Amino acid sequence: MNIGIYVIPCVLLIILLTALIKRVAVFESFLEGARAGIGSVFKIAPSIIGLVCAVTMLRSSGLLDAVISLLSPVLEPLGFPAELTPLALVRPVSGSGALAVLDDIYRSFGADSFIGKAASVMMGSTETTFYAIAVYYGSVGISKTRHTVPSALMADFTGMAAAVLSVRLLG
Amino acid sequence: MMNYIWSGIIILSIIYALFSGGTAAVSDSVFEGCKSALALIAATAGMMVFWSGVMKVADKSGITKAVARIFSPVFKKFMPEHCNDKEICNAVSMNISANLLGLGNAATPLGLEAMRLMKAKTGGNEASNSMVIFVVLNTASIQLVPTTVAVLRSENGSTDPMGIIVNVWLCSAAALIVGITMAKILEKSKPSSRRLSR
Repeated sequence: MNIGIYVIPCVLLIILLTALIKRVAVFESFLEGARAGIGSVFKIAPSIIGLVCAVTMLRSSGLLDAVISLLSPVLEPLGFPAELTPLALVRPVSGSGALAVLDDIYRSFGADSFIGKAASVMMGSTETTFYAIAVYYGSVGISKTRHTVPSALMADFTGMAAAVLSVRLLG
Repeated sequence: MMNYIWSGIIILSIIYALFSGGTAAVSDSVFEGCKSALALIAATAGMMVFWSGVMKVADKSGITKAVARIFSPVFKKFMPEHCNDKEICNAVSMNISANLLGLGNAATPLGLEAMRLMKAKTGGNEASNSMVIFVVLNTASIQLVPTTVAVLRSENGSTDPMGIIVNVWLCSAAALIVGITMAKILEKSKPSSRRLSR
């Protein structure tokens, strides 16, 4: 059974029915949120353009493939495709950067390929770790983060390894 | 950091291309890159706008609050230092609830408020055990519907854009469990240098 196709319709149904029962002004609220959404699109657009261009240059220069073939002998025996290393490296640092790398992976290998699927799961199950740590601690002036970074990176590492494994096992 | 990463990628690509004879390809890729960047933005923009609209409706219907109420007992367990403080517990649960629903814009201010309240209790410039758990929660992806990934997949010709959702749930859960377990184990080996005022 494919659960995926039910998720979005079910979420929409639950939200809209709840809203109608609670007598929320549904469309006005939608517009209010959508307007904020437009704002975030404009906010990330410049960094997306800058980073997609950089990643496209990296791919077309042949440097990315050279680095990947250099890493392959080390990573392949561990079962981790070297093609996913750029995403794994960028993901904790930059959200727009990861999006640019993900898009490049889809264009190079296809979204439904093994690499494409594993990259999708990696992207969906991890976050921009260093950015979140900087924002949360920075906002309250905490400089001694103790065991935050090792714990968060261990979580990222688990998410990424599990992503490859899950696509191998579940498809 | 991004200054060096961004300029480094471009400079190294150009130098490598100069030596390997791929200069023409790199030159063309600047135009191509800008075009695909716009395609990427166009693909994700519609979904981002639609979904933040829908989630605003969810928020106003009280769904964020309802989810927060379900989760607050869990936080009392993981963040014992602040279990008695209703205000902290509420800010933490609302932040996690907003994250689950993919309300990134709403989650961050709620999360920063929770951090401010916790810091007001503990003081100093050192993270408390609860703060570490809370930040680790926020560095894990707990979004229920990975809309951005799905829409990018669909744009790139996937026949089943949401087909990865079960994998995403399982991997997010695995990452979250490992992150919290690590934090709990390490908090004993790296004890806080001061005692907490309860």
